[in-house]
Amino acid sequence: MRYIPNSPDERAEMLQQIGVASIEQLFDSIPEALRLQDHLNVPAALSEIDLLRKFEQTAARNQAASRVSFLGGGAYSHYIPTVVDHLISRSEFFTAYTPYQPEISQGTLQAIFEFQTLVCQLTGMDLANASMYDGSTAMAEAVLMAERVTKRSKVIASAAIHPQYLEVAHTYVQHAGIELQQSLYCTEAGTTLPESLSAIDDQTAAIVVQSPNFFGCIEDLQALGEKAHANGALLIVAITEAMSFGLLRSPGACGADIVIAEGQSFGVPLSFGGPYVGLFATRDKYARQIPGRLVGEAYDKKGRRGFVLTLATREQHIRREKATSNICTNEGLIALASTIYLETMGRRGVQEAARQCAQKAHYAARRIAKLPRFSLPFSAPFFNEFVVRAPVAASPLLDKLARDKGLDGGIALAGFDASRPDDFLVCVTETNTREQIDRLVEGLKDISTTKSPRHKAN
Amino acid sequence: MEPHITKVTTHISHNESLIFERSQPGRIGFMLPPLDVPESALDEIIPPQFQREDDLEGLPEVSEVDVIRHFTRMSTWNYSIDLGLYPLGSCTMKYNSRLNEKVARIAGFANLHPLAAEGEAQGALEVIYELQQHLAEITGLPGISLQPAAGAHGEMTGVMIIRAFIDARDGKEQSAKRRTMLIPDSAHGTNPASAHLSGFTVKTIRSTAEGLTDLDHLRELCAHGDVAGLMLTNPNTLGLFERNIQEICRIVHDAGGLVYMDGANMNALVGVARPGDMGVDVIHLNLHKTFSTPHGGGGPGSGPCCCTRALEPFLPIPRIVRTRSGSDGVESGTGVPARDGSVFKLDIDYPKSIGRVKAFLGNYGMMLRALAYTLTHGYDGLREATEAAVLNARYIAHGLLADYEKPFDAAPMHEVVFTDKRQARKGVHTLDIAKRLIDYGFHPMTIYFPLIVSGAMLIEPTESVGRQELDQFIEAMRAIAREAIEDPELVMNAPHTTRIGRLDEAAAARKPVLRWKPKQAATAS
Amino acid sequence: MANVPENLHYSKDHEWVRVEGDIAVIGITDHAQDQLGDVVYVELPKSGEEFAAHESFGSVESVKAVSEIFTPVSGSVSEVNSSLNDEPEKVNKDPYGEGWMIKIKMSSPGEVDSLLTAAEYEDFTKAESE
Repeated sequence: MRYIPNSPDERAEMLQQIGVASIEQLFDSIPEALRLQDHLNVPAALSEIDLLRKFEQTAARNQAASRVSFLGGGAYSHYIPTVVDHLISRSEFFTAYTPYQPEISQGTLQAIFEFQTLVCQLTGMDLANASMYDGSTAMAEAVLMAERVTKRSKVIASAAIHPQYLEVAHTYVQHAGIELQQSLYCTEAGTTLPESLSAIDDQTAAIVVQSPNFFGCIEDLQALGEKAHANGALLIVAITEAMSFGLLRSPGACGADIVIAEGQSFGVPLSFGGPYVGLFATRDKYARQIPGRLVGEAYDKKGRRGFVLTLATREQHIRREKATSNICTNEGLIALASTIYLETMGRRGVQEAARQCAQKAHYAARRIAKLPRFSLPFSAPFFNEFVVRAPVAASPLLDKLARDKGLDGGIALAGFDASRPDDFLVCVTETNTREQIDRLVEGLKDISTTKSPRHKAN
Repeated sequence: MEPHITKVTTHISHNESLIFERSQPGRIGFMLPPLDVPESALDEIIPPQFQREDDLEGLPEVSEVDVIRHFTRMSTWNYSIDLGLYPLGSCTMKYNSRLNEKVARIAGFANLHPLAAEGEAQGALEVIYELQQHLAEITGLPGISLQPAAGAHGEMTGVMIIRAFIDARDGKEQSAKRRTMLIPDSAHGTNPASAHLSGFTVKTIRSTAEGLTDLDHLRELCAHGDVAGLMLTNPNTLGLFERNIQEICRIVHDAGGLVYMDGANMNALVGVARPGDMGVDVIHLNLHKTFSTPHGGGGPGSGPCCCTRALEPFLPIPRIVRTRSGSDGVESGTGVPARDGSVFKLDIDYPKSIGRVKAFLGNYGMMLRALAYTLTHGYDGLREATEAAVLNARYIAHGLLADYEKPFDAAPMHEVVFTDKRQARKGVHTLDIAKRLIDYGFHPMTIYFPLIVSGAMLIEPTESVGRQELDQFIEAMRAIAREAIEDPELVMNAPHTTRIGRLDEAAAARKPVLRWKPKQAATAS
Repeated sequence: MANVPENLHYSKDHEWVRVEGDIAVIGITDHAQDQLGDVVYVELPKSGEEFAAHESFGSVESVKAVSEIFTPVSGSVSEVNSSLNDEPEKVNKDPYGEGWMIKIKMSSPGEVDSLLTAAEYEDFTKAESE
């Protein structure tokens, strides 16, 4: 087998040298009854040529991958500069492991230190960790952290948070003695109104809000933060579209105590949902309560600066069941990709990409809103995602749009909320051209005016 | 006394600083096409109170060339698997195949949105389904979820499944009396941390002088009647196969508990033995260990959770299931079924599920790589890899016996543990030996784990090392053992050949500096 | 050889007690700080908090380890050595002096009688390391 350096002959010699009679004897400590007599029922080995052919054929059945797309909802199509993949493919980055031996891991450690810094700058917070699995698990861990910090057991989450993020949070808290309540959102504005957090009291550890939220609407974080703090609770802000950091007021400036985000928009391919990267940032005073790995500055005897994993006593390998989290392996290479992306795009690139996302999205929204019998049900300002209400059921409409016009026009909300059969979520990024947007608008108009047997009256 | 080093060891400094220290206002590394839609005034689309307040101050401004040089230089400071043996015990640092990388980058996978209509993502769903089948076969456990994003995540999932099963079996009142999870004293720290997340308290089981689970102690703890389960690793973290595994499972099952296996050490078992046959109820796998997906400086990982049929109902949702085309009204519009007419669906109709553990379906890119790994090896290659991994570890164990203390007599599987007992007599400890190994051109082994071995050195070569390099490693370790006697200072002050020496970690922890700030000093005063 | 001052009381968890009237000054022993290594952080309770004898009142961290600290006597915290926030290394340099951790107003002063004397503690640590 070509990945195994020692030939069968070499292995035979090695066996002889160490006084073992046969390969089988290596497994003597496994009871005979447990040793497999036959080979595994998996396929025979495929050559490189055959393997690639198989995967190419399989990939060809993913039509959505090559369509013009306006899909958002927690995963975003942004342009990835060529250098990102090139640099993360360097052996020394992608075949290295956790930097336990700092003397020979400074490449990884310094990159993480830069990553932590960038996350602080974007979120407006004091410190950030080396990454979580993704935005959804980062949010769940933020909830657990709020309980540790405040020693209170109630958490109120906005119902306008990504439904899958809420599901994950519920899974994480189910045995943690934390009551996760959901607050309402205003069905006109599309945002969480501070008044709707009526259940907040001195037992509330935190309120959790996403901004822009699942409907794309920008929340009034300042007001929500004030409400939380007035009751001694923390404000946790979740962000799924990280590109919004380029244009919107930072959660830190709005008074957030913990900020979590999905970093996928920064240099990470869609890849059918993963691997992505969770960003996690907080205030200095909570440094010892933050989950995940932290890289800090350190000096050697000769005064040379380096970086090292630090504050490890929070983590599972030392604190075990009392650790701030059970996380060990995180998303190192993906965090590196995001770091390279952010440094390549830089200050002006992130601003420009964010600006284009917003301008194109608002152009699309304006044109769609003008279509007969189409409307935008929410009045709150948005960044690059917005909800459209169609005059017909959204799922079949989008289906037809894909089949007949070759466009993935948005995400039908009926799958998340049965009370919204005609609504769909549209996302526009800097990768969508005007021509594509115009085609979307024309396509929606075309299809909605051709009545289908399944057309539903409003 | 110059050691005869036969490997490249020099790490070039390049004097590269932080990117922020390279940054110059006005440099750009990007070019986007000009805006092609009519532009609105910013205030009209984003109310001023929601606009960015700081002009993204602090974000670097560098050219593309800066980025390339910056990261290329930094990369040369890292040791990596591609350079050579990376014997981190418990981490399985095997070859990360480039073919797998090519597969993961096929546009039809890389550009696929996770919320694309199921009918338009059939290829992607088929990959998940196929990998599920193979992993079920390899573990002997038919229930499976690929949703967890790392080993610890898979552990949390598995332990929550145990909790859900017992709650359902015994009812709330009775199950509240069963909140103890037994964990060996040699366990990885993620085990108790994961148990805690599921609302269990941890009790530690002792190991025998042989390094195996103490069955008497197990029976004693199980007799309390409050045991929900046992978490164990097999082979254990000492590299020894728990030959009483079937009895262990029997004891726990008889006491009303379930057995969780930490699959970190599957590299000793694939194709040779199956956890499901041993009586294990639920296991997690580490695709970034056994299945070679790249470690990437600390991730991404993927931690599939496999379980018995009895535990299947509790697996996370959604589940990926296969139906025959048209047999249940699947809207597939433009979907193209597989050649055999199968259609793959996401199914959430599992009311007993513990819930979702991650948004979307898991670390999909790692699933692609793991499937490519499995198919590249085939049933022959998978077994061959296991055999070669165990042989390599046994070979190293044999080579080091003369100079290092091996605390347990039993023959190790894919990893072996030694202690620094002999060297410590001269004041040379495990940490020093590890640092000196760097001068010989190797990444050190895992040190000070497992905790039950004082000064532990846990060595796992994997199958991806040739005999020459194994000999070089043994030679290096033997040389260090000699140095520990003849020139201990040399070892205690190692490493000597790296661009940076041992860092003052205590000072770093006392006054943590966790980010760059403008006008930060680059060197200590 | 660890320092074990005569005039103090000791617990089996390696804490020392200096009695000053009805106040017990508490810290960790020289042996304990030596085992732990460079102390990087000490987690201490707030004034007014109450503890029973042998209850954990905080923790002390080195780079690679964390240990809980237990009060040998019952009572309420009258004072906390907050200088340890900025200078945790005092625990290493002067464990019985500047490295003191908390002062407890004892609720049952008789409890000190069941603690170990210097000699008993010395024997205890010798036995532990064998």
